[in-house]
Amino acid sequence: MTAYRFTVNATPVEVDVPGMRRLLDVLREDLALTGTKEGCGEGECGACTVLLDGAPVDACLVPVCQVAGSAVRTVEGLAAESPALDAPPSPRELDPLQAAFLTAGGAQCGICTPGMLMAARAYLDAGGGPDEEAIREAIAGNLCRCTGYTKIIEAIALAAGSGRPA
Amino acid sequence: MTSRIEPPAPLVVPPETVVPGRARGVPPVRREGPAKLTGAALYADDIVVPGAWYGATIRSTDAHARFVALDQDPAFDWSQVVLVTAADIPGDNIVSGIKADQPILVPIGGEIQHHAEPLALLAARDRATLRAARHAFHVRTRRLKPVFDPLVSTHEFASYTIGTGDVDAAMGAADLVLEGEYRVGHQEQLYIENNAMIAVPRDDGGVAVTGSLQCPYYVHSALKRGLGLDDRQAQVIQAETGGGFGGKEEYPSMIALHAALLSRKADRPVRMIYDRHEDIAATTKRHPAIVRHRTGVTADGRLLAQDIEVVMDGGAYCTLTPVVLSRGALHSGGPYRCPNVRIRARATRTNTPPNGAFRGFGAPQVEFAAETHLNRIAERLGISPLEIRRRNVYVLGDTTPTGQLLRESVAGEEVLERAAEAAEFEHLRRRHERERAQRGGSGTVPGSPLRTERTRLARGVGLALAWHGAGFTGSGEVKLASVVSIELTGEGRIRILTASTEMGQGTKTIFPQLAAEALGVPVDAIEMAPQDTAIVPDSGPTVASRTAMVVGGMVVSASRKLRARVEEATGGRFPDAYVPYARANGGVRVDERFEPYPNVSFDDETYRGDAYPAYGWAACVARVDVDLDTGEVHVRDVVAADDIGHVIHPVLAEGQVEGGTLQAIGYATIEEIKLRDGRYLNDRLATYIIPTSLDAPRISTILVEAPFSGAPHGAKGVGELPMDVGAPAVVAAIADATGAWIHELPASPERVLAAIAAVPAIAPLPPGASEPAAR
Repeated sequence: MTAYRFTVNATPVEVDVPGMRRLLDVLREDLALTGTKEGCGEGECGACTVLLDGAPVDACLVPVCQVAGSAVRTVEGLAAESPALDAPPSPRELDPLQAAFLTAGGAQCGICTPGMLMAARAYLDAGGGPDEEAIREAIAGNLCRCTGYTKIIEAIALAAGSGRPA
Repeated sequence: MTSRIEPPAPLVVPPETVVPGRARGVPPVRREGPAKLTGAALYADDIVVPGAWYGATIRSTDAHARFVALDQDPAFDWSQVVLVTAADIPGDNIVSGIKADQPILVPIGGEIQHHAEPLALLAARDRATLRAARHAFHVRTRRLKPVFDPLVSTHEFASYTIGTGDVDAAMGAADLVLEGEYRVGHQEQLYIENNAMIAVPRDDGGVAVTGSLQCPYYVHSALKRGLGLDDRQAQVIQAETGGGFGGKEEYPSMIALHAALLSRKADRPVRMIYDRHEDIAATTKRHPAIVRHRTGVTADGRLLAQDIEVVMDGGAYCTLTPVVLSRGALHSGGPYRCPNVRIRARATRTNTPPNGAFRGFGAPQVEFAAETHLNRIAERLGISPLEIRRRNVYVLGDTTPTGQLLRESVAGEEVLERAAEAAEFEHLRRRHERERAQRGGSGTVPGSPLRTERTRLARGVGLALAWHGAGFTGSGEVKLASVVSIELTGEGRIRILTASTEMGQGTKTIFPQLAAEALGVPVDAIEMAPQDTAIVPDSGPTVASRTAMVVGGMVVSASRKLRARVEEATGGRFPDAYVPYARANGGVRVDERFEPYPNVSFDDETYRGDAYPAYGWAACVARVDVDLDTGEVHVRDVVAADDIGHVIHPVLAEGQVEGGTLQAIGYATIEEIKLRDGRYLNDRLATYIIPTSLDAPRISTILVEAPFSGAPHGAKGVGELPMDVGAPAVVAAIADATGAWIHELPASPERVLAAIAAVPAIAPLPPGASEPAAR
């Protein structure tokens, strides 16, 4: 086994695990970051979406050896400060994207939400705007069963600055 | 003889309105929202339990067989694993339910009734050992002849007959009699969080089970029966739950029992977390159904007689089938006045995995048939689908086939008109009629009857209307005798104690809203106790769209009683008095038990009376594009108008309408379970497809309020209503675009092409049918 070094939410980490271990399991079990979820294990639902050097990937399909030297970003890294697990964050501590989801009602059961937020984050970081078709395209790899996507799209458009999808 | 009672005009809530629900100001943000948004919310698989082993299920690969033996490879070190068979079950080998027919594990020598039926359980320290152990088993069976066709099966789970008037005489007097057969298949709830349970042995010989579930007390009953435990020894705790939609109504009892049995034998915690493949292969689905209509109407489209037959496929065990069939039967005529009705409904057993609850619970199946049939009648008579509904929809003062007088809270006309107006229904219909006339043939496939140089996409618009009985059928609520408690603690905190679960629909937000409004305090002053059977009373299951109406109503009543008690004792106003009162007198607790709604009564034997205390009403207009070359249907736009009695939280209510609508769109277009030899073929997300953001239409929601006077806040429930109308609206839109009626769901590309090209051989097997295994 080799030790793999990379950063998670800007914090350097080193894990000594088999190279084909899924990044999803490294995050959830080895690093105790359970925010990233497993919905299917086959790269179809996007619940495990994280950012790898800024690009959205399904962590269930990424072996940890591919991540060496890269920057991984998860939902825990979105808010300004990582909240304590036993003290729910106040709405003021959320980043603008998370706050937009809260206001617009973009999360219902919440299981797709971490992956959805990361896909939205990548879209906004790449300069994405409030255009509805572009937002639908950006989150096409993230399945949601609760919302019908309507308020997720509104939330992302809100975070993009306009308030309403164009 | 009907009389028209003029109602007060129902309130239509304009889309932009922020309706405070009489709570303070802007509706509160979702209570557990921040935790979900930061990844802090703990779903079952997020919970770390030191020393826990992993559990797995050995399942049948035969649909119908004698379970002869379970052979274990002697070369494997079996001391590393814990094995549980039916012989290890301390209580009854029964998953408690309506009929005690489903075993927790099939015993050696017993009869396997469906593919993926659980035979034995394994636990091991790590997943690699578990995997190795699974491969070291060999299951020996002797195949038996299976039955897959619910029409052929003679084993009946339930049947109902509902009737009024003289159908045969009225049919003879009709200007038009139209027949039709409609078929729908399985639908998987596809909550994004798979079923998951963690069982931890208790010091008193019991077990505490934490998991993804909708109904803590259903699991509690199952544990007591299967493990021989008392009320305290069996403890059930709901973890944050990633979606349910009915798929976690009864199934969690099974997985909880499995985890508990393993933890008992291993004497350590056991985690049972399904992967997606196992979840799709083994858990309950929506009941497939075959619905036949024979309808007599006058020349101007008024219903004279409805003769309806409903057959549902229950799968291998009874589970909730009698109740699904009941709701289906009661809704099968649609929301229409008809003096002569005969409904015969039955559900039979097949050797497929048992079917169960899924949002709508029998109504989506039968209302797809009823609406499609009425749309076909409208087309035959040359009457607009909107106009034919105006002429037949229930109004105040009408009577249903069970003899229920609709005395209040009737908004069928309102939702119909709002949806049709907002969607510009008649304008679009006329435009599409012109487009259809200009289109001579269609598509670009050379040599086919569809060939044309003209456009490839055809546009259509379709309309559907539905009713949905609010709460449990008949005397269900009286039998449940649910309890909700409000507690004022000695420190002056206010807590709601209820078993109603949050699974995204907003229970943890609307209950504090309702209590806060009744008590006159800020919503943040109200806490919700955890859904733990050691702490909260049995408020009944979180199903049947009863949470806002029934349990929420009880929250209001209990809060009012608490307020009255404190104000009487102190002579002051509750908001000022409650903290000093609590600190001076210690805690106060109000336990509210469900009181039957006044003037609501139903006879379960004769199926006569008030089937539901009130009905919700929904209308839907869908616009589609149909690709005339490929048969693909793209739903572009949906306008949904829903009467939910009273809007407690507009954002959450809209969320329910939007989510339910998209599930109905999936049901109509792309969600299909195919079977071979009684086994689901689409048992992965790569093959069972649900709508993505690119498949989803724009959804516009119109919330209408026709309050129900029996509930203190007027609410009637919203969760399931949108599921009843989406599919028939889409199928009507396909017909508007192409001229072809689809009688089976989903209206997949193959079925659409078969219909528009009039080549039946292109169509796949009927939905729910099992193709034989290749020999």
